[in-house]
Amino acid sequence: MTAAEASAKEAKEKEYDDIPGTFVFDADRSRRGYHLNMFCMSLMKAENRRAFKENEASYLDRFALTPEQREAILTRDYNRMLELGGNIYFTAKLGATDGHSFQHIAAIMTGSTQEDYAKMMLAGGRSIEGNRSKSGRDAAAKPAPRRTAAKSAKTRAKSSPGPTAKRAKKAGSKRG
Amino acid sequence: MARIIAGVTSSHVPAIGAAIDLKKTEEPYWKRVFSGFEKSKEWMANAKPDVVIAVYNDHASAFSVELIPTFALGCAAEFPPADEGWGPRPVPVVKGHPELASHIAQSVILDEFDLTIVNKMEVDHGLTVPLNLMFGSPPEWPCRVIPLAVNVVMYPPPTGHRCYMLGRAIRKAVNSYPEDLRVVVMGTGGMSHQISGPRAGLIKSKFDKAYLDGLTKDPKELTRISHVEFMREAGAEGIEMVMWLIMRGALDDKVKEVYRFYTVPASNTAVGHIILENLEPKTKSRRPASLRGGATRKRAAAHGIRQVAVRSKQ
Repeated sequence: MTAAEASAKEAKEKEYDDIPGTFVFDADRSRRGYHLNMFCMSLMKAENRRAFKENEASYLDRFALTPEQREAILTRDYNRMLELGGNIYFTAKLGATDGHSFQHIAAIMTGSTQEDYAKMMLAGGRSIEGNRSKSGRDAAAKPAPRRTAAKSAKTRAKSSPGPTAKRAKKAGSKRG
Repeated sequence: MARIIAGVTSSHVPAIGAAIDLKKTEEPYWKRVFSGFEKSKEWMANAKPDVVIAVYNDHASAFSVELIPTFALGCAAEFPPADEGWGPRPVPVVKGHPELASHIAQSVILDEFDLTIVNKMEVDHGLTVPLNLMFGSPPEWPCRVIPLAVNVVMYPPPTGHRCYMLGRAIRKAVNSYPEDLRVVVMGTGGMSHQISGPRAGLIKSKFDKAYLDGLTKDPKELTRISHVEFMREAGAEGIEMVMWLIMRGALDDKVKEVYRFYTVPASNTAVGHIILENLEPKTKSRRPASLRGGATRKRAAAHGIRQVAVRSKQ
C-alpha cells in the first residue's frame, strides 16, 4: 500500500469526522498530541503551575511540542489544541491553571460567552438538529453559533478565542 | 454465595462533586439535581450492599496518556481520592475488597476478558461523585467498593457489546464467590453531553430516555449502538454510556426498574439515573442466607421505591 492509499484508507475509515464541531481523540490524535497532553498533565503539580505562569514559553521548552501546538497553548486556542491531538480532559487542566471553570472553557470552544452558554444549557442544551452531520441532510447547517472545525487555519487564527479567554473574568467555581 | 442484588447507573459530573464540596446543594440549580437522588439514598440504605462494583472512567487523574488500559480492575485494599488540581476531594478513602476483586479478575481473565489489574490507584470524581449521590457524605463509605476503570477517553472505548459481555462474566464470577455477599453494580457517566469542540453543549434527551428504557427492557438492543452513533447523537463524550452496559450485563435478563431520574443540565451534561433490581431467586433453596429481611425487601421491590420511602418515615 502506498502512503497515499494508506492516507485515503485512513480518511475513509474515519466516519466520525463527519460529525460537525467535533475532534475525536483517536489513536492518531493521541499519538500526535502525546507531548501536548503530557504538558497539561504536568499542571497537576502546583510547582509546575507556578513555573508555567512565571514564564510560559520557557516552561513549554520542557516538552517536545510542535510549533503549532506551542502556539495553540500560548494563545489558549482550545479547539486548535484538540485538533492537534489534545484531549479535553487534559486541556481542561490548562483552563483550571488559568482559573477558569470547565463551563468557561466549553463556552470559549463554542465561540460563546460563559453567560450565554450557561443559558443555552439551562434551556436544554444545544439541539442535535443541524448539528448531526457535515455530509448528510444537515450538511448546510452549522453548529450554532460557531462554524465547524473545517475552517482553514487562517480563518481559525483570526477568530482564535485565545485573547478573549485571557481577558475574560474568572467566574464561578473553578470546577463548574 | 455472593449475589448481585441490583444495578444502579448515575452520571458523574465533576460539578456535582464541587457543589457538594462547596456546600451549594441547597441552591435552586443544584437542588433540582440532588433532589432526584433522595429516594436513591433511601433505597441504598435499605439495600445494604456489602460490596459495590463501581464502573467508571478516570479523567486524566490516575492514568495519563502514558498508560491507557481498556478495563482496569482495582484489586487494592484502598483507593485514596485523587488530587484533580484543587486538592483531593474531601471524601473518605475508598476501601476495596481485594479478595473478591482478585477472584473476579481471575475468573473473567479465564473467560477471555484480558483486563488490567491495578494494585495502586487513586480515584477521581468519576467514582466518588456517584458514591456521594447514592450514599450521601458519610465519614466512611458504608461498604467496600471495587473500582472498574474503563477507557472512554481515547477512541475507541470498548464496544457496548463487549461491555455487556464483561458484565455477564462479572456476574458469573460473583456468583462463584463462596462468601455470602450482597453486591450492587454501579455504571457511571453519561448521559448525553459534549464538552469538547465547537459542538460542546449538545444534549439529546430523546436519546437518553430511549437509552433508559432500553436499559430496563431491551439492553441487547443497546449493545448494537455503534460508537459513531453514540458520538453523533449523544455527544462526543456521551459515548461513556457504554459503561452502563457492564452494569446491565451483570444483572439478570429480567429486572425490575424501581426508580428513575433525569434532569438537564448539571453544568454541561444531562443527568440520568436508574435503579434496577434483580428479581428474588424463585426457589427457597437458591436464596442466599445473607438476604437479610427478605420479606420486607420483597414487598418493597414489589411496590417500587415509593414503598421504601414511606416505610422509612415510620
